[in-house]
Amino acid sequence: MLGLSLREVSAALKQGQVSPMELCQKCLSLIKETKFLNAYITVEEERALKQAEESEKRYEKGQALGILDGIPIAVKDNFSTAGIETTCASNMLKGYIPPYNATVVQKLLDQGAVLLGKTNLDEFAMGSGSTDGIFGPVRNPWSYSKQYREKKKQSHHRADEDSDWLITGGSSGGSAAAVSAFTCFAALGSDTGGSTRNPAALCGLVGLKPTYGLISRYGLIPLVNSMDVPGILTRCVEDAAIVLGILAGHDPKDSTTAQDPVGPFTLPILRDVGKLCIGIPKEYSAPGLSSEVQAFWSKAADLFASKGAKVVEVSLPHTSYSIVCYHVLCTAEVASNMARFDGLEYGHRCNVNVSTEAMYAATRREGFNDVVRGRILSGNFFLLKENYDDYFVKAQKVRRLIANDFVKVFNSGVDVLLTPTTLSNAVPYLEFIKEDNRTRSARDDIFTQSVNMAGLPAVNVPMALSSQGLPIGLQLIGRAFSDQQLLTVAKWFEEQVQFPVIQLQELMDSCQTFSQHKKLASVSLKR
Amino acid sequence: MWRRTLRAALRAGLSPGTTGAVAEARAARVGSSRFAGSDSGKAEGPSPGGRVSAELIEHLERLALVDFRNREGVARLQAAIEFAGQLRAVDTDGVVPMESVLEDRCLYLRADDVVEDSCVEALLQNSQWTVEEYFVAPPGNITLPKQSEQDPVTES
Repeated sequence: MLGLSLREVSAALKQGQVSPMELCQKCLSLIKETKFLNAYITVEEERALKQAEESEKRYEKGQALGILDGIPIAVKDNFSTAGIETTCASNMLKGYIPPYNATVVQKLLDQGAVLLGKTNLDEFAMGSGSTDGIFGPVRNPWSYSKQYREKKKQSHHRADEDSDWLITGGSSGGSAAAVSAFTCFAALGSDTGGSTRNPAALCGLVGLKPTYGLISRYGLIPLVNSMDVPGILTRCVEDAAIVLGILAGHDPKDSTTAQDPVGPFTLPILRDVGKLCIGIPKEYSAPGLSSEVQAFWSKAADLFASKGAKVVEVSLPHTSYSIVCYHVLCTAEVASNMARFDGLEYGHRCNVNVSTEAMYAATRREGFNDVVRGRILSGNFFLLKENYDDYFVKAQKVRRLIANDFVKVFNSGVDVLLTPTTLSNAVPYLEFIKEDNRTRSARDDIFTQSVNMAGLPAVNVPMALSSQGLPIGLQLIGRAFSDQQLLTVAKWFEEQVQFPVIQLQELMDSCQTFSQHKKLASVSLKR
Repeated sequence: MWRRTLRAALRAGLSPGTTGAVAEARAARVGSSRFAGSDSGKAEGPSPGGRVSAELIEHLERLALVDFRNREGVARLQAAIEFAGQLRAVDTDGVVPMESVLEDRCLYLRADDVVEDSCVEALLQNSQWTVEEYFVAPPGNITLPKQSEQDPVTES
């Protein structure tokens, strides 16, 4: 039941095969059993059950609000949720309870969706592993999958369960783990430089970064205003399109949402790819790309070609500067954005009361981790009067060159670009933390951030399992505001590759050892 | 003294994982309030580029109102600057800076009408310290003391 697609579970609810309450309780007990994944920061059990109860009444009356009515979802903990703590995984916002809902959250609730809780992330979404938040790292459910465990045994690795677990990628790793472990049917992430697509690739999910301006950012705690977009994490392309259809559209509270009419986002079945032109950017054969990902990327290109699509090599000449440009623009906007956290109006406040400035400084010292402080300081450096033109304005110019590269390629007749999403499959946590956050982000965002700078839609589609038994995903990039066309191609691709479903029997077994003593709690929940 | 340890940290590849660097970071934290102060001399910075001077560190900390905390923090800035320096190689003559991808569209402006009721109470509830309808701030006319003089932050 928990593995169904949105359309399937919605049908099951309508036909009464399952009730919203049952569904909600199932998800809540699975969340408890998989607590060690650390996917959720806050679980709103009572609130969720109440929402499910209301949904149940609507179904009884035959007045369901929409396709999501009664369906459990999760939201990354950097979206404001009225009455629910919103922390950004930072000491700075610990205990902060927003008085309002982000527009995207409100839209989901208006459809009757049941909000289970808030998911884990890197502090203020700055990271590519979901390892750098105050609530600790998120574990990739694939660490406990049959597929991975069996390969591991074959290669005579000692299955050391407590230290061998893999990262989810990030920064929306909690949302990815939540969807991947079947604890919810869809989740919201955010995507500034790849934070939705990266964990989607490592957790075997569909991760959509919509066109900038298509979805409201109101209530999403900003990281880089000119690049942030809410992201969607689901188990199939169709589900992502359904959620996009609900979220898309102009919001009077976000002046950067486009006013043009949007949608519909229902996906036609693409039978013939003969008219499609797929571009393969040659610069994406970057150093560090694993031979396995490279091989699957070629295989995917061959697949399109063998079914009649035109596959052409294209050039995005400024690609190698993209990550550097992103680094400067990101830190500069972060420096400006993070100025709001001063301890006065909300969030953490220190005990120093010598002067306002001393209070600000001490509050921020206590509230931000090294990564956030590092980006603030770098950003302030790039924004200094004497550096402004050399770094910030220079980066803005390079940004235009990068955006123009995409425009040229799409004007040459390419419909969709096909690239890797990540350099390799998920790596073990212990390996990942050997390097510092900036180095990791510069490496892990390599294929994803240029899309944010150009504002384009992009989606990760899981393709196959690596020799280690772990997901490898590819990225499809479309023209601005052509999200529907992009998803249509993604759906075709998804059907061709038939990515295997995660087999979590082993996870459930580990759950039992992990949480045998917690059984009472989940029994009482089933009531 | 701190310059030497910073070099050591740089040589260690800035890896916070190595025990040496961690020990140094700990040692650094003890003296962090003064590491940018006059006793460290006119630091030339950790690299031949020499951008990160003691004055710069102090200036950035006062602007950002966050501190570097330790030598690793300074090394992190140095690495970030060096990384960003690669942009110089790009020819951007005649290129107009791009601020937003929606630059070709009209920006939507709301009418200046009240559409929501007063939310004063709801907003005040998130503050740690309020009196009536006011947020309470400490005295505002005192600038942050120079780190070389005194640092109330680290004393707290």
